[in-house]
Amino acid sequence: MTGAPVPWGIGQQTPGGVLAQAILDFNNMVLWIIVGITLFVAGLLGWCVWRFRASVNPAASQTSHNTLLEVAWTVVPVLILIVIAIPSFRLIYYADQPREADMTINVQGRQWYWHYQYPDSGNFSFDSYPIADADLKPGQLRNLAVDNPLVVPVGAAVRVITTGHDVIHSFFVPSLGVQKYSIPGRALEAWFQADREGTFYGQCNQICGTNHWFMPIAVRVVSRTEYDAWIVQARTRFAQGQGPGWPAGDLPQAVAAIAPVN
Amino acid sequence: MADAAHAPGKNDAHHDHAPSFVSRWLFSTNHKDIGTLYIIFSLFAAIFGVGLSLLMRLELQQPGLQIFSSGQMWNAYVSAHGLIMVFFVIMPALIGGFGNWFVPIMIGAPDMAFPRLNNISFWLLVPAFLLLGGSLFVGGGAGAGWTIYPPLSDDTYQTGPAMDMALFALHLAGASSILGAANFITTIFNMRAPGMTLHKMPLFVWSMLVTAFLLLLAVPVLGGAITMLITDRNFGTAFFDPAGGGDPVLFQHLFWFFGHPEVYIMILPGFGIISHVLSTFSKKPIFGYLGMAYAMVAIGVVGFVVWAHHMFSSGISVDTRAYFMAATMIIAVPTGIKIFSWVATMWGGSIELKTPMLFAIGFIFLFTLGGVTGVVLANAGVSAVYHNTYYVVAHFHYVLSLGAVFTIYAGFYYWIGKMSGRQYPEFWGKVHFWLTFVGVNLTFFPMHFLGNQGMPRRYPDYPDAMAGWNMVVSVGSYISVASFVLFFYVVYLTFRKGEVAVANPWGAGATTLEWQVTSPPPFHTFEELPRIR
Repeated sequence: MTGAPVPWGIGQQTPGGVLAQAILDFNNMVLWIIVGITLFVAGLLGWCVWRFRASVNPAASQTSHNTLLEVAWTVVPVLILIVIAIPSFRLIYYADQPREADMTINVQGRQWYWHYQYPDSGNFSFDSYPIADADLKPGQLRNLAVDNPLVVPVGAAVRVITTGHDVIHSFFVPSLGVQKYSIPGRALEAWFQADREGTFYGQCNQICGTNHWFMPIAVRVVSRTEYDAWIVQARTRFAQGQGPGWPAGDLPQAVAAIAPVN
Repeated sequence: MADAAHAPGKNDAHHDHAPSFVSRWLFSTNHKDIGTLYIIFSLFAAIFGVGLSLLMRLELQQPGLQIFSSGQMWNAYVSAHGLIMVFFVIMPALIGGFGNWFVPIMIGAPDMAFPRLNNISFWLLVPAFLLLGGSLFVGGGAGAGWTIYPPLSDDTYQTGPAMDMALFALHLAGASSILGAANFITTIFNMRAPGMTLHKMPLFVWSMLVTAFLLLLAVPVLGGAITMLITDRNFGTAFFDPAGGGDPVLFQHLFWFFGHPEVYIMILPGFGIISHVLSTFSKKPIFGYLGMAYAMVAIGVVGFVVWAHHMFSSGISVDTRAYFMAATMIIAVPTGIKIFSWVATMWGGSIELKTPMLFAIGFIFLFTLGGVTGVVLANAGVSAVYHNTYYVVAHFHYVLSLGAVFTIYAGFYYWIGKMSGRQYPEFWGKVHFWLTFVGVNLTFFPMHFLGNQGMPRRYPDYPDAMAGWNMVVSVGSYISVASFVLFFYVVYLTFRKGEVAVANPWGAGATTLEWQVTSPPPFHTFEELPRIR
């Protein structure tokens, strides 16, 4: 699958893993509640305007207190908030850290590209640059395509450690449900897990200077065998001073075409 | 009487004998004249603020970079739009404008406690605005967002004087707010007419009292933060630079300790105005007066302990996130009390849909919509996909651009007859309401969709899939701008052809003291203090 915005999309991007799915499920529950509240208030307003318009109700009541009502509209919102809060607390503790991470990736935002490091697979690192409009191949998404994606195996819980280099950036991949700032002087932890193979796109999400809008993130999720092959190839290419490129294998034609390009 | 001995005494004889133009408007110490100056200033600043947003929407109407030469220029314009709207449009209109005009009259005071302080509060805003506006044209502008997070706002990344100009503008505007707040607190606590106890005070005065306390406690924290930023930039300190032992996240804490109360500063005076308008046009006393007053106090107090919900992605620990999430959701309770009390005020009333009432009812609906998305955003888990996206932009424009601005319009139509002596044209007022209502909803509602799809804020260009909704949003913004232009036409009609306003044009529902005096009120409102029973 591809984790990216779709034309005229109104909902969240299709989740690509358990964490994103958990966020979406919780969000959908809250969405129904807030839609209900908004329609309820709108209905009350509409009813008041219609039923109590001056032409049909010339004599206004002078009631200004009703203890029962006032207690009710204090207590009922509290109960609704409790209904929201319980799954919400569960979600943030779940989203905080993976129980057992399968691998760790260091992510560093830089003006204006991403720097990725694989500390437990030979500690190689590379830069991920966006592809300028003029260099786009057919099928590549403008403002989202990159030269060297972050590559992870499907189904792995990936721990992300963000560090800062120049200014604050934000590592944000909505379809994987992960976002964390990369702040100079700090190392922050996040995680994601992609349960489907494909490419999941994100963008820098904290204002970071003139090219803030042009430092996309692409996470390429491949099978374990493909991943192992890519790691071997990436180490070789890294030793030659090149970026690792896209993993070889069953790639979309357009993406495969740029794989050798560095 | 010692009439001949001092000038103010002379004015007692001729009700409306005002000083000459220069001493009346440049050296003004009269709360009504200063209020008028604030409102004119706010309208003037709004032309700039709206103009910047028009440029932004023209750029975003289609993918690609069209009218902005660089991302830095874009960032500078976005930042200026935010700062101008917050500090030079909404705050001056609601606090300096309506607050100055009506707090003294409503509590039966002859003027503000410190008239000259009041004067300097206003005149500090003018150089502040010039500095901020000027920063757009110096070097690359100050392009770090209105939140001015370092290191991006450091001298390494925002070179030249533009950022310093913006920071000094904030200092001046902050000083103006602090002085104004001290003035309001002193006036409200010490100058109420005999019989005007705190629990009889009109809700607009309550809202201004809470707002003034928020200003007094929050703005100095911003002052401290930007002072440290200024010394980091210019004198080699490293408060926010990790290379020198500083911490960028410290700035975020300080900024939002100010920034979150600031959003309540912008909306609380509006709450007060809405209560008056609803009560007047329903011909009913406000429902649950004490609950309404203390709900605002509660919002003010809790508003100070929720700041880090703006920092869920900044690496604060999970327990800290849990606390700030819970505290934030609690704010929904007093807000709910206000919404339902407003509905109950209308319930059983005799409702007349005059223009101020339309804006007030529109406000309740839009503020509810913006409020419930705030409950969504309070959940730290969800903020992983919503933080800094257009969902947030939609949320805060619903509560501010639609919420606070609707309260300004409601207050304007409600009080323009009182302030100017001429009533607005009802037909054009209603046209203005409907055009605004359609325009702003078309502008901001689709932003929820863009946020859902992951569009980050402060982007001059976006992936092609987002082009459709961005076009809709831009068209909505053009309608909104047209309604803003129409508003000036309404103002023109009011002053040129408006009917002469009587003391109380609204009838039995208008019970506060400003409706007891002539329209406009005499230069010195109360020659004798009114007694409140």
